[in-house]
Amino acid sequence: MISTTNLTIESILEGYKDKEFSITEIVSTYLDRIEKLDPQLNSFITITKEDALTKAKALDNNLTTEQFNNFPLLGLPIAFKDMYLTKRIRTTAASKVLENYVPAYDGTVVKKLKNAGAIILGKLNHDAWAHGGSGENSQFGPTKNPWNTEYVPGGSSSGSAVAVASGFTPLAMGTDTGGSIRQPASFTNTVGLKPTYGRVSRSGVIAMASSLDTIGHLTRTVKDSARVLEITAGQDNLDATLHKELPESYTKNLEKGIKGVKIGIPKEFIGTGTQPEVKEVFEKAVKEFESLGAEIVDVSLPHTEYGIAVYYILQTAEVSSNLARYDGVRYGENRTFFGDEAKRRIMLGTYVLSAGYYDAYYKKAMQVRTLVKKDYDEAFQKVDALIAPVSPTLPWKLGEKVNDPLAMYLQDALTVTINIAGIPGLSVPAGFSGGLPVGIQILGPHFSEEKLFQIGHSFEQQTNYWKETPKL
Amino acid sequence: MNYKTVIGLEVHVELKTKSKMFCGCAASYFGEKPNTHTCPVCLGLPGALPVPNKQAIEWCIKIALALNCKINEFSKFDRKNYFYPDLAKGYQISQYDLPFGHEGSIEVKSEPEARSQKPEAKLIRIRRVHMEEDTGKLTHANVGGENVSLIDFNRSGVPLVEIVTEPDFENEFQVVQYLQKLQKIVRYLNVSNADMEKGEMRLEPNISLSEISNFQFPISNENLPEYKVEVKNINSFRFVDKAIKFEIDRQAKLLDEGKTPAQETRGWNETKNATVSQRSKEEAHDYRYFPEPDIPPITYGETEISKLKSQVGELPDEKIERFVKQYKIPYYPAEILTRNLGIATGYEDAVRIGSKANIGSATIANVVINNKIDFTGTTPSQVVDLARESARKDEISSSELSEIINSVLSENAKAVEEFKAGKENVLQFLLGQVIRKAGKKLDTNEVKNGILKIIKS
Repeated sequence: MISTTNLTIESILEGYKDKEFSITEIVSTYLDRIEKLDPQLNSFITITKEDALTKAKALDNNLTTEQFNNFPLLGLPIAFKDMYLTKRIRTTAASKVLENYVPAYDGTVVKKLKNAGAIILGKLNHDAWAHGGSGENSQFGPTKNPWNTEYVPGGSSSGSAVAVASGFTPLAMGTDTGGSIRQPASFTNTVGLKPTYGRVSRSGVIAMASSLDTIGHLTRTVKDSARVLEITAGQDNLDATLHKELPESYTKNLEKGIKGVKIGIPKEFIGTGTQPEVKEVFEKAVKEFESLGAEIVDVSLPHTEYGIAVYYILQTAEVSSNLARYDGVRYGENRTFFGDEAKRRIMLGTYVLSAGYYDAYYKKAMQVRTLVKKDYDEAFQKVDALIAPVSPTLPWKLGEKVNDPLAMYLQDALTVTINIAGIPGLSVPAGFSGGLPVGIQILGPHFSEEKLFQIGHSFEQQTNYWKETPKL
Repeated sequence: MNYKTVIGLEVHVELKTKSKMFCGCAASYFGEKPNTHTCPVCLGLPGALPVPNKQAIEWCIKIALALNCKINEFSKFDRKNYFYPDLAKGYQISQYDLPFGHEGSIEVKSEPEARSQKPEAKLIRIRRVHMEEDTGKLTHANVGGENVSLIDFNRSGVPLVEIVTEPDFENEFQVVQYLQKLQKIVRYLNVSNADMEKGEMRLEPNISLSEISNFQFPISNENLPEYKVEVKNINSFRFVDKAIKFEIDRQAKLLDEGKTPAQETRGWNETKNATVSQRSKEEAHDYRYFPEPDIPPITYGETEISKLKSQVGELPDEKIERFVKQYKIPYYPAEILTRNLGIATGYEDAVRIGSKANIGSATIANVVINNKIDFTGTTPSQVVDLARESARKDEISSSELSEIINSVLSENAKAVEEFKAGKENVLQFLLGQVIRKAGKKLDTNEVKNGILKIIKS
């Protein structure tokens, strides 16, 4: 009997090669677990059982060693946040507006992963249109935290984090516009990568805020995360904001260790807003880095306090424009089907772009954006990477903040400036407090993912928090 | 009362690039089956992103250069947000505060004049030249007894260049001159067919009348009338002429009655031969422009711009001037020969071939113009043959010529009297009579001199 909670991408692919189990066995084990346990967690919106099993069987029937070389993720189960367009598989954005929308094309990353041999198990729940940090804004019901189902799993990639944490899939794709991968990863004891803006194609992923959106993923381990980025990164000629150069490999330097690596701690990230429980876990993590030989340096990112204000101006402005196409004329339902949060952001964004207000809001926010970027540029003159808590608080109870949108927005304080600056961030498990997971984020200069993996991997090998799994 | 007309112009020119502005779909749509040149990008499907067409951008810059614009080395695209069923994304990708070209100018004829002279020039200032995308096309039809609106997205995303002038036109004549010149320029650049009937060139004049009539153009802001009327849906030079005349009359009547014409958009109605109100100022949009986040800013350095400048080539005005100088022909024929690049090139080829046979460039110009040769069915050497034929003169002895002249003059004594009384154009009649009587191709100058000599003797 296979236990999916012990599996990683690495162990699955090796198990296939060593004929430890078949692709069909793995795929059906995951599907069975989803069927049995997901009703209490609600991490999936659509399960593509038939297609997944058919594909698994077809692969099993033609398995050769050569195929493993040609298809780096051959037979690997995967699930996508429902923001990813999947050809012939319903794609809802977790909104009633697109409840019955079936895309005519696959997004670039979906195509790349399919071409690498991955098998789609289904589409994952999240805050509708990726608006939110708790999963509660989904119009398909909230997703629950497997560590304690009375608590939120974070968001917006709530289903992605829960599915990986619960052993429903070894790999879930998410999107991170203001923390939507890193924060749920932190709340569920999983590894979440927010790549540099311009590293992974956004083509074929429903846009939230185009200048901030990044396409990343959640896995059990850092090594798995690096492996997946090797597939998803790079140009496709469909996204004009993509960067040309790619490193030769993201996994090559994983084992190099971090002796002598200079790691900064931004003092603004552990200020008064941060819960003592979170601070405690973070301080313990800092000690681990020191024991691994890293040099810890205090740094300052003075414009951090403006992050939320800048983010909720730029992001809502872009949201208001990006959601304009959902008018129900050619597909989907009309605009009355939008939920409260989407309507709130459309109104805020429309307001900040309106004649007479543009200069005071949007233009000013763009100017501050430049200052936030400069903060990071200057910090990375002094250090190789930064570490910080992902969320100022532990996961909160379902329903606790739903009537206080501002309190909900303030939860993003430690994640949004990373998106504003466009730099990469890797969230890794760092321990627990009261039975709830706490993660930390490792941040680096643009296109420094290789370094982040190296640092994250060292920490993970030392601490092994990832091996803890929720009892379901 | 006397008013001074103030007109500004917005012109949209569709580029003839192979692919659309932001995707790989074919940009041709005229006569194509609806919704066959589409993809997720130009349909505005979820997740689709724009990738700008470099050729279109460079052609836009070339148009700007040909209109003597300054080029913004740092430029960008912006989103213009508004709802309309033909606009797939709910916004149009356009340019707001940093258009590719700005502050240009071109000269047009200020008023109709004698043909032989280079006309008085009027400078029209170009405010901006920017790049944007076309929308889909709506058709309102009755299908199976039901009134429906059909959308064809083949046109969605076709590259459009918008050229905006300052309010420098004083009348419809200048507007038409400008439009013809602009059309000629984009055709010279080979970036658009600019066929108005196919919608490849669309124009929107804004017209107002000033009660202050003692100012000089260019008009200053304080002299600008407090309203303007924009006219859309004009698809020929003839209609722009009519529409402006109509508006001038309509607005003058209102002003005479002490009313201020409404600030509004009107459409030219071909059947009514009139402009009709379409949209008033109260419905004006707030487009909520902001930088298009899906497309990084675009930079063109000095060297790239001068490279594009070198590709602009000889423009119509320069060509006219060169023809006048090089081929020793008057302005008017030079202007006719350069209206179309194919004719201009054919003419120059014919002149080159003709020079070997001692046939002058002026003779060839006459042959091309008089026979309306466009060089599509006639080769330059055939034109030279025609010129040779027309230049051939029969020999005649001076005694034979004098004899014929004398006989013609005595047969037309009355005409001779008239000529002597000062009716000089009678000479042409006598000349014709002499040539006809001779039954030969004679040198007209020789005959003319012979006639004058005999009459005056």
